[in-house]
Order: sequence, then structure tokens, then C-alpha cells
Amino acid sequence: MSDALFEFLCRMGDNTLVLGHRISEWCGVAPVLEEDIALANTALDLIGQTQLWLGLAGEVEDKGRDADRLAFHRDVWDFRNLLLVEQPNGDFGRTMMRQFLFDGWHLAQLKGLMGSDNDQIAAIAEKSVKEVTYHHERATDTVIGLGDGTEESHKRMQAALDRLYPYVGEMFISDAVDEEMVSAGIAPDPASLRPGYDAMLDAVLTEATLQKPADDFAHKGGKSGARHTEHLGHMLTQMQWLQRAYPDATW
Amino acid sequence: MYAQMIKSTGEGVKSLDDMEPDERAFQERINAGGKIEPKDWMPEGYRKNLIRQIGQHAHSEIVGQLPEGNWITRAPTLERKAILLAKVQDEAGHGLYLYCAAETLGVTRDQLTRDLLSGKMKYSSIFNYPTLTWADMGAVGWLVDGAAIMNQVPLQRTSYGPYARAMVRICKEESFHQRQGFDIMMKMAKGTEAQRKMAQDALNRFWYPSLMMFGPSDAESVHSAQSMAWKIKMNSNDELRQKFVDQTAPQAEYLGLTIPDENLKFNEETGHYEFSEPDWDEFFDVLKGNGPCNTERLEDRNRAWNEGRWVREGLLAHAEKKRKTAIAAE
Repeated sequence: MSDALFEFLCRMGDNTLVLGHRISEWCGVAPVLEEDIALANTALDLIGQTQLWLGLAGEVEDKGRDADRLAFHRDVWDFRNLLLVEQPNGDFGRTMMRQFLFDGWHLAQLKGLMGSDNDQIAAIAEKSVKEVTYHHERATDTVIGLGDGTEESHKRMQAALDRLYPYVGEMFISDAVDEEMVSAGIAPDPASLRPGYDAMLDAVLTEATLQKPADDFAHKGGKSGARHTEHLGHMLTQMQWLQRAYPDATW
Repeated sequence: MYAQMIKSTGEGVKSLDDMEPDERAFQERINAGGKIEPKDWMPEGYRKNLIRQIGQHAHSEIVGQLPEGNWITRAPTLERKAILLAKVQDEAGHGLYLYCAAETLGVTRDQLTRDLLSGKMKYSSIFNYPTLTWADMGAVGWLVDGAAIMNQVPLQRTSYGPYARAMVRICKEESFHQRQGFDIMMKMAKGTEAQRKMAQDALNRFWYPSLMMFGPSDAESVHSAQSMAWKIKMNSNDELRQKFVDQTAPQAEYLGLTIPDENLKFNEETGHYEFSEPDWDEFFDVLKGNGPCNTERLEDRNRAWNEGRWVREGLLAHAEKKRKTAIAAE
């Protein structure tokens, strides 16, 4: 049980860590000042959530690893984030499409976790859900605004959706870890979140005048750690460089 | 400072007796410690001077995100990453309030942005220096924000209302920034040998550029005299620089770091530190565009603006469509 719980907590924390990192890459170069502020704010929320999820993961594991140790001293195969969040930023449209696709799932997941039998998880979910509600609203508005904006913005948002949609399915695939979480009353079944997500997606895409790709093919291997994309390793070389170059230092 | 070498009218300060009634009333209000608000009468020179000063300050906040943003993706702990993100976010926020303050003077943010991107308007020389190690995040907070605060605290009493009020908010956040910078330096200075070396190296590289932030001596400057009469500049550059050195030298000693100035010593008689002037030729080179990072900083800002055009146009087009639909529905 504690192994599966550790895995589950790493999944939550790695998603927020990796996406928080990706968004922070935008620092200072967003299309408009308000977006700089909003992106930094989102990254800040996600890094804060990472401290909570990975902190709890370390406690559950009970091997003396804290959130920093988990964030900065694991290699690619130990990361449990969804493939979606490790995808490179691309243009601003792709960044916001990735955010929107993830936030829709993240929000539903957190709402489910608020009813978790594990009080610590329920508490983290309750704190995070307020932040993620805002992330989702903002990403939704941006996807609609740019999808239904100019011809160019529409074209770019459709391209972003086409590029990222194959990474949506992984969020809803259940595996042995999920089954254990469901039977222990800790987390909702991922598959159970799909109908609500699809309805949300259809409504937003319609308003954004975007076309959902017909093919439902889903890449997987992120949350299980079986096969990440090549992008994650490059991200870690930057994110973990200092800690690994100076392993004796405290900061 | 975040605003350096700001030109005023260049005509010298007029006496009250030489002023027309409007201008005289304006100056008397300032002399009495009153605030000027956007709709009040003001001399054209005051308005233009303030646009240059507030605009340059805003640009400094915006460009200032870049050297620190350079380390967000390499921050050593989750907490340090979060603090740095919050700090850079604050700076973007400061940019926003300052652009809003400038807009009350009849200029648009887009116009100011175009002037920054074309190189017509400047930002503080300090942001043209590179951040090379994590200790630089400490040095920037401790020295650069420390120098900025010296100037910004008195500006809370500046004569222009919107600027003074923006400065009140900014100062609260800046003092937090300086503390976190000092905290990073302390960790580094008390850390491993490599960390101490990094901390000393950061101090070596940032000391003189920080002194340059105050600008060259302006004791003889007609521009500064006018700005001071209008209370949009509250202290001379030399006064603020001295205050900064007096504050910083004991802090460096506490950290066990050496300020790279052989002439630095405390003068018991004056109660102030004596110190060497920075290399002003280097300062003027940086202002001319020849600092270590001028090219990159402007390239980054231009790229962000150009690559973001489709986003701004897309969102505007959508807002326009919604407005038309709303009107049609009425």
C-alpha cells in the first residue's frame, strides 16, 4: 500500500513540478505584461503544490528523502508525470493549450481528492483546488479568445490542439496503482473523470471554434515511468544541475 | 538607479518671481509638500521629465526580470524557486503600476514599449550585467535591490501623486526582495568553500555596477536641480551612493566577504565610509549600448514583443467580436 501511495503522490507532485518548471521558462518573455504576471503566478502555485505533494511522498516513503531530494535527485525513469506536461512550451498558444488540457483533468482530480479518506491528501487538494480553478478559468478564456480570434491565432491554436491531443488520453488510463488508490478510498478512478472532461472539452472547443481531432490515440508511459519523451531529460539537466554539481551544499 | 541621467528642461530652476501665476501656484504647492494629481495644471517640462523618469523605471522592472529569470529554471530548492518566481512576478507587477502611473501623464504603455524596444528609452544600466552563478541571485537582491531602495524610499514622498502611491507599494515588496537576497548570500557565505567562492565572486562583479546605479555625481547638474525643485528627485546621487556604502559595508563584513575596494575604510570623523568611485567610462559605455548584455536584453524583449503580436491581435479580435455580439443582442 505505501508503495502505491508513494507512486501516486509522486504522480501528483511530478505533474506540478514539471509543468511549473515549463511555465517558469516563460519568465520575462510573455506576449504581454499581464501574461508574464499570470504565468509566473501559475508556476508559483504549481511549485507550491509540488512542495506539498512531494513532501508527503517523502514522508510516506520514510527513507529520509524530502521534497527537494525527490525533485532534484531522481532521474528520468523515476519521474511519474504525465507526458503532456513535459512537452516543450512551443509558442504561447501551445503553452496555453497544454495548460488548458491539463487543468481540466487536474481540477476534476483535485475535486475528487477533496473527498479522499486520506486527510492529508484531502487537505492538499482543498488548498490546490482554489488555485487550479483560477488556472483553468484563465486557460479556458485564452483558448477561446485565441481560437476565436484572428485567422492566424485560430490556425495556431488548432495546430496546438492537434499536436497535444494524443497526450490527453494518458490522464484517464487506470493502472494497478490507481486501482489500489480507488479501493483504499484515496483517489477517484481516472476513467471516471473522462465523461465530465469530454463534456467540458467539447463545450470549450465549440466556443473556441476548434475541431477536436478524430483520432483518440493516446501516448502513454509518463505516469507509469515506463517511457518518457526525450524532452524530460533535457529539462532535468537544467533543473537539477546545481544540486548535482554541488551535492554537499545547502542553499 | 532604476532611473538614471534623466533629462529635465535643461534651463535651470526659475525663481518664484519669474513664474507665471499657474506655475507659481504649482511650485508653491510642491514646496508646501502638496501632491500634484493627473488633472492638475502642470508645466510641460514637469510632465515630460516625469514620463522619462517613470518610463525608465518601468522599463527597468521589465528588463530586470531577465537576469533573475535566468536562474528560475536552475534554482537550487523548491523554496528558492518559489521565492524567485514571486520576486520576478512582483517586478512585472511594479512595471505594470509604473506604466499605469505614466499613462496618467498622457502617454500610452504601447508607446513607451516601442521606445524601449527601439532603444530610444533606456532602462537601468545594472540589468546589462550577466548573472553567472546562483550567488548572483543573492547579490542582485542584496546589492541591486538594496541600491534601488535607497532611491525609492524617498520617492514615496515625491510630488506626483500616482508615482508616490505606486512607490509605496513597490517599496514594501522591494524590502522583502533585499532581505531574501541577503539571506541567499548568508547561506552561500556560510556554506561550502565553493559556495563562499561564488559569493565573493558575485560581490566582486556586482559591487561597482551597483555603485553606478546611482549615476555620476550630479552636484553640478541643471537637470537634477530642476528635478529636485519639483520633488521628483529627492536626494543627490552622491548622497544616496554614500548611504548605500554606509549600509552595505558592515553587512559585507558580517558575511565575511571582502568588498573589492582597497580604499574602503570607515572615517571616524565623518562617520561615513570612504570608497573608490566606479569606472565611469564603463558606465557610459553601458549606457551607449556596450554593456555585457545590452544586445541580448533588447533582443529578448524584441523577440517577446514580436512573437507575441499574434496573441495580442488574437485576443483583441476576440474581444471585438464579443463586443459586437453584445451590441447586436441589445
